[in-house]
Amino acid sequence: MTAPTRSVALLVTCLVDALRPSVAEATVALLGQAGFAVAVPRQGCCGQPLLNAGDADGAADLARRMIAVFAGYDFVVAPSGSCIATLREYPRLFAPGSADAAAAQDLAARAFEICDFLDRHAAVLENAPRWDASVAYHDACSGLRQLGIRNQPRALLSQLPGLELRELATAEAAECCGFGGLFCVKYPAVSAQIADRKLDAVLATGADFLVGGDLGCLLHLEGRLQRRGLPLRAVHVAEALAGQVPGGGQGPADGSGRG
Amino acid sequence: MDSRDFPAQAAAALEQPTLQRSLAAMRTAMPGLRATALAGLPDYPALRARARDMRDASIGSLGELLRAYEARVIAAGGTVHWARNAEEACRIVGELCDAAGARRVIKSKSMVTEEIGLNDSLQRRGLQVTETDLGEYIIQLRGERPSHILAPALHLGLADVAATFEQHHRRPRAEPLREAEDMLAEARAELRAAFLGADVGITGANFLVAETGAAVIVTNEGNADLSMTLPATHIVVTGIEKVVPTLEDLGVLLRLLARSAIGEPLSAYTTLVHGPRRPGDAAGPRAFHVVLVDNGRSSLLGTTQQPLLRCIRCSACLNHCPVYTSVGGHAYGSVYSGPIGAALTPALTGIAAAAHLPNASTLCGRCEDVCPVAIPIPDILRHWRSQALAARIGTGPERPGLRAWRYLAAHPWLYGRVLALAARVLRLLSVPAGARRRLRGLGSLGRGWFAWRDLPAPDGETFQERWRRRRLRQRGA
Ligand code: SF4
Repeated sequence: MTAPTRSVALLVTCLVDALRPSVAEATVALLGQAGFAVAVPRQGCCGQPLLNAGDADGAADLARRMIAVFAGYDFVVAPSGSCIATLREYPRLFAPGSADAAAAQDLAARAFEICDFLDRHAAVLENAPRWDASVAYHDACSGLRQLGIRNQPRALLSQLPGLELRELATAEAAECCGFGGLFCVKYPAVSAQIADRKLDAVLATGADFLVGGDLGCLLHLEGRLQRRGLPLRAVHVAEALAGQVPGGGQGPADGSGRG
Repeated sequence: MDSRDFPAQAAAALEQPTLQRSLAAMRTAMPGLRATALAGLPDYPALRARARDMRDASIGSLGELLRAYEARVIAAGGTVHWARNAEEACRIVGELCDAAGARRVIKSKSMVTEEIGLNDSLQRRGLQVTETDLGEYIIQLRGERPSHILAPALHLGLADVAATFEQHHRRPRAEPLREAEDMLAEARAELRAAFLGADVGITGANFLVAETGAAVIVTNEGNADLSMTLPATHIVVTGIEKVVPTLEDLGVLLRLLARSAIGEPLSAYTTLVHGPRRPGDAAGPRAFHVVLVDNGRSSLLGTTQQPLLRCIRCSACLNHCPVYTSVGGHAYGSVYSGPIGAALTPALTGIAAAAHLPNASTLCGRCEDVCPVAIPIPDILRHWRSQALAARIGTGPERPGLRAWRYLAAHPWLYGRVLALAARVLRLLSVPAGARRRLRGLGSLGRGWFAWRDLPAPDGETFQERWRRRRLRQRGA
């Protein structure tokens, strides 16, 4: 490659940072394999919870901070559709025509969810690891409806030798998993019933793993699986693509996996 | 039922087997029917954009269109009445009934009359009011509210209907009611008497056409047609936002309405009425009135919630909502339920009484997706959340937590320390679960989470800690 290496700043996302750092490791690995120089500037939260709680001022405050944190990188990539959707909403938090709005617009144009980003810049995985497993993919709502992410993760996952993708029944495939941020703790019974519908649909596919792109949904669904005593595991798509599913029995890229 | 009690009402609704069966059927069947019907249109996205733009333009010149509509109605021999709020609307209708010397009133299904509480008001005047839409008739007997804007008795099963009829229809029966057909026959017989004996017929209107002065009434049972032709007086009660400029514009909305609502190209009956019976007409009312209800609608003009006025009440957003299809309409405690109800009710009743409704949403965005006039419902729900927050109306324990968190999140170094501490503590408190670990509870903390779920245990340190330590090591090496 003659072009200079382009830089990507990782938007770690709070849930990944605190609850499943392995997802960030996997994302860094994928970006590195795709030939990008990855940086992790010290960062707080993108403000999604404030935005959804109706605290637009608070969200704007955090947005300004994030704009500063991510200034100067060619791209900002996150293992989360909903956090990227939040970055894409930043321009609306500021007065049209203001300098803040312009900076927000600039950030929004550089911000991508990991699968969407790979699909655009490195659609063929360099080292697709072997994974002898059947998986059902859960489309998280912000990714699906705000960012148009549906085929990208499937196209990437289908490059993993040994992997079999199983689709959910149509009615449940298009439905939310019931996480909804604060919704899941404010209206827990409703949230759990919605989760159970999604999980029953996943179980009906007979898949070995539930794979998704947003840790909020995945923790909610896996927490519900654990409470119901079900062995099915929820895995982040970045872990799967990087061959780093903890205890997932994935093999190395050379095809000498357990299959 | 009150919107303030949404959490308890919702939890109770999850345990109602008949309701749950109906909702499951709706959830599995409706999206497919709708999608297939819309796929049959030559260019749905273009039609949807056209409908949205036309509705916006109409709402932008509402006064003008309504005056044009009024002029047409007057020319046809009818009268238009303007009601600022529910009370005024009820009073106008009541006085019209009194002036007609009415004792018995029949109605076809109308959400606006639910909204203004018309039945109660007329009954207080001593009028006998009978709903003629089958579902609406059943819930009227039971003293209930509609649980869905198109299928008001969605929450009931055949056994409920049989029990209701057995209690209210005092007629001899050889054996208990069991078959749907027999129930239908009974309802028909009861309603026939009501139709024939009625002095006034009240209907809603799905649309008003400014160009021609038509009130457009769409039904699947044909009961509205009887309600407006048999009695001597026909009163249309509808919202001011229902007006469209031309018949062609009406065509755009009609092509979307039934497809979005029930997955059919058209509803069984689409009737355009223009005024009282003309000389030589074989049937029709002698007097024709239209009551245009504002009731908070004009307060939305010029606000970010104005797009709500585009709504054509198709119910697609209800049928596709994960929350509505889990708990049904009654849990909302409001006249309008589902996403449109959650977005509209705070405008009608004030945010204080309705604060749960915009919060009881996952913001999944499917409502906006399926809305034939592209109403940005999630944005409007966020707006109401901000109003509730600003007015310090709590819907949960989030308020102090949110403020503390906002402070933390704005101080990355501190935030990082707190996240790291949380990761460590949660790891220490976790217990083995198969190959992994989990938390089963945290005492009184996080009850909302742990009521129904475990928490998969974290690794014990944050990614940012790990990353920076690694960087330091690399630099040292
Ligand atoms: S908001 Fe949209 S989808 Fe919902 S009832 Fe109104 S028109 Fe239909």
